[in-house]
Order: sequence, then C-alpha cells, then structure tokens
Amino acid sequence: MKAAIVVFPGTNRERDMAIALRRVTGHMPRMVWHHETDLTGLDLVVLAGGFSYGDYLRCGAMAAHSPVMTEIRSFAQKGGHILGVCNGFQILTEAGLLPGALLRNANLRFLSQDCHLRVERADTPFTHKWKKGDVFRAPMAHGDGNYTADQNTLDRLDGEGLVAFRYAAPNGQVVAEETASNPNGSVNSIAGILSENTRICGMMPHPEDLVDPLMGGVDGLPLFEGLVEALVR
Amino acid sequence: MKKTVDESLAREFGLTAEEYARVVSIMGRTPSLTELGVFSVMWSEHCSYKSSRKWLRTLPTTAPWVIHGPGENAGVVDIGQGYAAIFKMESHNHPSFIEPYQGAATGVGGILRDVFTMGARPIANLNALRFGNPETPRTRQIIDGVVRGIGGYGNCVGVPTVGGEINFHPAYDGNPLVNAMTVGLARKDRIFLSAAAGVGNPVVYVGSRTGRDGIHGATMSSAEFDENALAKRPTVQVGDPFIEKLLIEACLELMATDAIVAIQDMGAAGLTSSAVEMAGKGGVGIELDLDAVPQREPGMTAYEMMLSESQERMLMVLKPDRTDVARKIFEKWELDFAIIGHLTETGHIVVKHKGQVEADIPLDPLADQAPVYDRPASQPVVPEPLGPVHAPLSLDEMLIKLIGSPDLASRAWVWNQYDSTVGGQTVRRPGAADAAIVKIEDTSLALAITTDCTPRYCHADPKTGGAQAVAEAWRNITATGARPLAVTDNLNFGNPEKPEIMGQFIAAIEGMGDACRALDFPVVSGNVSLYNETRQPDGSTLAILPTPAIGGLGVLDDVEKAIGLGMQDGKAVVLIGETRGELGQSIWLREILGREDGPPPPVDLAAEKRNGDFVRKEILNGTVSACHDISDGGIMVAVAEMVMATGTGCELESPDSGIRPEAFWFGEDQARYLVCVENAADFCAKAAEAGVPARVIGHSGGNELILPSGVTISAARLVSAHEAFFPALMTR
Repeated sequence: MKAAIVVFPGTNRERDMAIALRRVTGHMPRMVWHHETDLTGLDLVVLAGGFSYGDYLRCGAMAAHSPVMTEIRSFAQKGGHILGVCNGFQILTEAGLLPGALLRNANLRFLSQDCHLRVERADTPFTHKWKKGDVFRAPMAHGDGNYTADQNTLDRLDGEGLVAFRYAAPNGQVVAEETASNPNGSVNSIAGILSENTRICGMMPHPEDLVDPLMGGVDGLPLFEGLVEALVR
Repeated sequence: MKKTVDESLAREFGLTAEEYARVVSIMGRTPSLTELGVFSVMWSEHCSYKSSRKWLRTLPTTAPWVIHGPGENAGVVDIGQGYAAIFKMESHNHPSFIEPYQGAATGVGGILRDVFTMGARPIANLNALRFGNPETPRTRQIIDGVVRGIGGYGNCVGVPTVGGEINFHPAYDGNPLVNAMTVGLARKDRIFLSAAAGVGNPVVYVGSRTGRDGIHGATMSSAEFDENALAKRPTVQVGDPFIEKLLIEACLELMATDAIVAIQDMGAAGLTSSAVEMAGKGGVGIELDLDAVPQREPGMTAYEMMLSESQERMLMVLKPDRTDVARKIFEKWELDFAIIGHLTETGHIVVKHKGQVEADIPLDPLADQAPVYDRPASQPVVPEPLGPVHAPLSLDEMLIKLIGSPDLASRAWVWNQYDSTVGGQTVRRPGAADAAIVKIEDTSLALAITTDCTPRYCHADPKTGGAQAVAEAWRNITATGARPLAVTDNLNFGNPEKPEIMGQFIAAIEGMGDACRALDFPVVSGNVSLYNETRQPDGSTLAILPTPAIGGLGVLDDVEKAIGLGMQDGKAVVLIGETRGELGQSIWLREILGREDGPPPPVDLAAEKRNGDFVRKEILNGTVSACHDISDGGIMVAVAEMVMATGTGCELESPDSGIRPEAFWFGEDQARYLVCVENAADFCAKAAEAGVPARVIGHSGGNELILPSGVTISAARLVSAHEAFFPALMTR
C-alpha cells in the first residue's frame, strides 16, 4: 500500500498517523505539503488531525481551499481511497467530499478522553477487519466534533448504510442523548461516515493513537491492517 | 506623548533612585526614553534576578549527565542513546490573574519557545497551578480561563499536556500561580545556544510581527498587585498558537541545516532582552535597525518596539552566506523573516530608527553593573508541635471526605480538556502513574516527568518544604521505575523586600539544595517569580504561600519496564518506609479538623535515597507490578487512588503499629511508597537486607476497598466521590 499524509500549516497529528501506517506497511508514508499537486501512484491519501490554519475560520474551511485539494478531489473521482481523521474529517466535510458538518462539542469544551466506537458496517476497506457491532476504544481530542446534517442527509446515511462508526457504551449500546457514551453530542451518535462508494472515510476519534500496547492498546490497529489488506497491489 | 526622562519616570518604570543614578553614571548623560526602557526591563526583578541571584548560586547544578545547566534558555541533560532532554518551567502568574486565558496560553507559548530555541522538538507539557478559594466566583472564572488557555494553546501546537498539579488555598485569591513546563528532545550533538558570534554576521528576526502588546510586561511582573491590577490588561500579551506551531516547524527545519550561529526567543522584555543577552553572552556588539522590524501597526516608536512582548518571535544570528536558505524555509511556512541588524565590535547595543540613534548602551556595564541585592531576611518561625488530635468521624467517612476535597479530588475535568495523546508516544496519561511517561520514538527510552510542591509545608517550614518538594518529585519519578536525572524550579514567592518573605525564600532554597545534593538531582534551569502579593483594600498585603514548584525529569532505559499506580489483582500490598503518623500540616488536619498548624513531616534524605533506590531496583527486576508514592492524605488515600485507577479492590489489614488509626492511615510521613508484589515474604526479606522498612498492609482483589474495621467501599463509590468536585464546581 502506498500511502501519503497531507500536511497543511497547523496539521499536528501527521507523526502519529505516520507511526500507525509504518506499523502496518513497514515503511514511512509520503508526506505531502499542501502546495504539492502530484498524488500519482498513491493507494491511500490521509488527512491527519490538527488545527489547519489555526482553525481560526470554521475548522477545516481554509484547508478545504488549499492547492492540494484540487488533486484530492480528482484522486477521489478516480476512486482513490481517502481517510480523514479529526481535522481531516472536518476538511472533508468543508470540501464537500463527505456530507454534514462538525459543530462545537455540546459542552463547549475541548474533549480529550477515550471513547468507544461501534462498527456499523464491516464490508468496507476501512472496517473489514472488524465484525458489524464490534466495539473498540479510541482516544478523542477535539473541540469541534459534534456531527450534524440535515434530515435528508441523515436519512440517506442510514438508508444507504454510510455510517461507519457510532459513539457507544463499552457494551455497544448507542444512546445519542447520553454524554457518557456520546460525549460531543453528535446527532445519532455518528462518529465516522463513508462516501457512497465507501472509499472515503471521515471520523473524529483517533485510531492512530492506539496501535501499540505500550500506549495502552491496539484497538485502532484493525483499521490500518484492513486498509493494507484491501489496498495491497 | 513626549516624556521627559528623569528620576520620576525611572520610578514609574520600576527603577529605584539609586538604580537610576547608576544608569546615568553608566551612560555619562541622561538616557533617552528607549535607553531608560532597556535599563528598566533588563534590571527588573523578572530579568535580572537581583533579589534571588545570590541564593540561586548555592544550588547544585552539575552531574555527569548535565550538558547545560542554568544560564541557557533551558536545561539540557543526556538521556542516553545519543539524545538529550531539554526542559524548563516558567511562571506566568501576574498575566494569568489579569487575563486568565491569554495569560496561561502565552505562558505555555513562552516556555515552548525556550525549549525549541535550543533545537529540541517539544514532546511534553506540564503545568503546576495554584488557585484561590474555590468558593469564590473569581476563582472559578480564573480556573475556567487558565484551563481553556493552556488547552487552547497546547492542543493547537500539538504538544501533549501529560501532567501537572493543582492546589487551592485562599492565599492565592488575588494571585493565582500558573507555572508551565515543557520538555523537548534533541540529538545531543545538535543543541543550539544563544551566544552571538562573528562580527558582521546578520541578525535576523522571524515569526510574528511586533505590536504594542505586553509593553513593560516584565516590569509589571516585578511589582505587587494593587486594587487597579485589572487595569493592567494592556500589558498582557496575546498568543497565537497557530503561528507558534509554524515557528516550531520552521525553526526545526532550519536547525537541520548549518545556517544558525545563535538563536534565542523573544520572551520577557522582547527584542531588548534577546538582543542584549545574545550579544552580551558572545562578547560582541549589536546594531539594530528598527525600520526593518516587521510591524503589526503603523507609527510604533523605538521605545515601543524594543519593549513590546508580542509573542511567537525569535532572534537569530545567521552565517551570512546562508541567509537565503533560511529565508526560503520561513517563506515556505509563511512567516515573517527580516534582517534587522548585524553584530559589531563596539561592545554596544545601538538601536537606530528612522535615521536616528535611539539607544547606544555599553553592554558590559548593563550586565555587570546590574543591581544585585542581599536583602535582609528574618529566620522563619519554627512551628509549635501539633498536640494530640482525635478523629471525629469513622475511617470510611474521613476517606470519602478527603478524596472529594479540592486538593485531592480527581483532576479529570481539567485533564480531559488537554490533548494528552498527540504525538503518539504517551505511555502513561495523567493519573495513570506517579509521573507522566513519554516514549522517545524509535528508541527503548522513555522520560518520566512530574511537577511537585506542597505549599502548606513550605509556609509552615520553608526549609523542610523546599526539601520535600524535591524529594516528592524524585519519588514520583522513582515510582515509575525511572532514574531521576535533574530538576527545573519555579520559585514563586511574595515581596522580597519584606524580611519574612526573603527568609522564606532563603530557607526554601537551602532545603531544596540539601535534597538536590543528597538525591543527586541537580537544578538545570528555572525561573523566579517574586512580588506575588496583592494589596488589600485596607492597605495590608496578602502574600501567596511560598511555592517553590519543582519540575522533575527522569529516564527509563527500557520503556517496557515502566509501571503505573493502578492496583493489580491478586497481589500483596506492601508499605515501604517508616510510619510515625505525622499529621502536622496534613490534608487530614485541614479537611477534617479545619486546622492548618503543626510542623510538616520531617524529610530524611538518607531514608528517601535508600527506600527509593530499593523500590526502583525492584521495579526494574520485575518484582513490583504497581507503585504509588504516599503523599497528601497518607496511606489510606494512596490505597484509594490505586483502587480507583484500575477498579481492582484491596482488603486492608489492621495496622498493629501502636499509632492511632487516623495517624497511621492519614499521616503524611515522607519517603514512603505502596507497591503490589507477588511474593511478599521474599520482597520484605530483600527490603530488610537493604535496610528498608517494609510491611504487608493488605491484599488486592475484588472491586471493593475493605477497611480493617470490615467496612467496605466499592471502587465505583470511591470514583464517584473523587470525581464530583470539579464538574460540580465548574457548572455552578
């Protein structure tokens, strides 16, 4: 799998993501500066977490207009796989590559804690190492992770099975009204979604920060192992 | 706007009549406004350490692993495998009272720059915070702003905030303490220093533009607060963590080349102190052309530019043929880059603006003739012994009350607003071990980092308190299995012109020095914050508790051997160290009996070393599966914290010690640890051989804490009592 991580000014989880990718591929991913416009030969493009452009406008709004985004759109049109985590998810929604938007967390505070995610479908390149209904732990670290979308979009996400992950209790129970299991207040507890062709995935929590027993677990590893298996050439 | 320079203006700038006379004698004439500004900030307490320098010199600062001690931007120690850890702690107390969010945020930004200016990538932030009475709305407002500020800055720059401490006391009502610590990592042969060299070499300004913010911030931080403190808001700087993140990346990229001769951040006293210190250390002169300084607003004067404390700025001396390489890097990161001067052989700092010489000051006397005071000090009063005290409640009632009290309650509400995992190297997050543990990527190494101080001990007996702060930091590092290496100190005290405050300061340093020497734990960097006092409406002043905060750093050669404090199932719980039941100045005494008296627990440094070295050795041997140092709240609170960390319970045995139960369980005797071990008999025999007191006090298992009386408290109930305080306080 040939992977690249896009680095915008203010991206700050590119190193974490590189560690996770290196763990499953055995080599460092390519780092792509946001002025670059060549994404040829890549199987996976990752938009990592951080505060692109300081998030001084809406989170991800500036990065969505960065030069590299033109190439990313064309990469997506050609069926390329894209993973956006945290700020990367926000950028994908701002760029219109995924529907919906991320609002301030419901409690209006930055949230840095572990959450549990329930896998909603297991037949995508991002989720096939899990079974539907599996629950895994992931650190969250964001101020604006409160997913929202209009009713039509939510109906479509549900109807077409485009929700990848929902915030859940450790036993898998999903109760959107409960802050214990749905800390940022996301509508329908949505933590991660997929594009219609399931080749673009955006999620708020950080599977890349739980890929080593030393750091507290390997709950996030199946996502990366699954990508390598699905995108091997 | 045109001000006449005279003694009265000098006084307004914080200089005494004698100091102003010395300025005039050095200059041989009346100084210009800009020159007076330069002298006043360089000679402020904040920059000159004029009250503290004599005593700071008594601290031990060397060890075979110390690469750079005090005098550089931060301390540097060798951690093995070719790497160095670079670290420092610094206060932002005064700004954080005036404007809590920006005060705390720029405190984080400033300490980050002190570390990355030496070539290190920042890998961990910690912060030691002291707030006033939590019952007052102003305290809650300050907590909210400070926590948001630390998070807002640290989260954005992508440096994990992995630990710290919080205390409450009414003595901090008008003067909270915000002490921020950063630890960075560099190759030990790639460390950058600030001494300028090479006459003719260009002086380069990078980072944010200069505005009018923070003018005279250093002077403001060198005076006590009066009722008009909040009117000083314009002296507080405004931070931009996004620019800081770019500055970190750009500087590290430049540092990978050979372009830099010297580099220093513009911190307190901004362009003035960075230019003066770089040239002074290098024994050269420096000429600045302020027309070239990137400016945020039009019409700034030389005085304003030299004294601005605008954030996220660095000053560098580059090799002349490498300026283009450097310029390209800063252009890539979209940061300002300007050649604003050059080094000279005059030995003067010359500041030009709009064709005029605005300042021309000889550097040697500016540094050498800076005032140093041996201020009168009175011997601290030795506290009366604590008479007999009796528990008014049952053990379980007292435990529940203590673990929910402001100083012991869970800090999760605070930590959960700080990104503690970014970087992907956080082995133990806040609360999981006595020290935060951060791995060094691509090595087997990890750093153990902690901040400690018990201000109520320091207030009762500054010398013992100073020693205790160092010992507790050493113990917290030891309890993870790491080898303690060195400390940074942040000495927060009241007005040094008062003999009793100066007495506290001197005694605390004496205690710290004793402990640092006994534990082979030298001071490699630090910061002094004096004048932490607030004038009351009745004219009296309220000083903070003396608070010499210690930031300790240790190393684990093999990160796999690190352990946490969470109770492990099916083990014997062994108490290490001697217990006499010291309740003087204890949390128990304050929270249960409402008293703050008696002497603090004595610190026996030989016992600290012996017990700690034994514990560390056993952790590294693999015989210990959990370890927690015993501090505030004594054995009982330590056991409860271990139980809460994992949810695994513990059945405690009757002490049979000849000590009253409340003194045994809640006494705060030092040099003690609790450990989980498999084979207690073997372990205690080894301890006896090493001359280390050890006894089994309980066995782990189940999910309840079972007291010797048979009363049981579920782990869940402990957790809910522990976690209630902060959310309840902050949602009032």
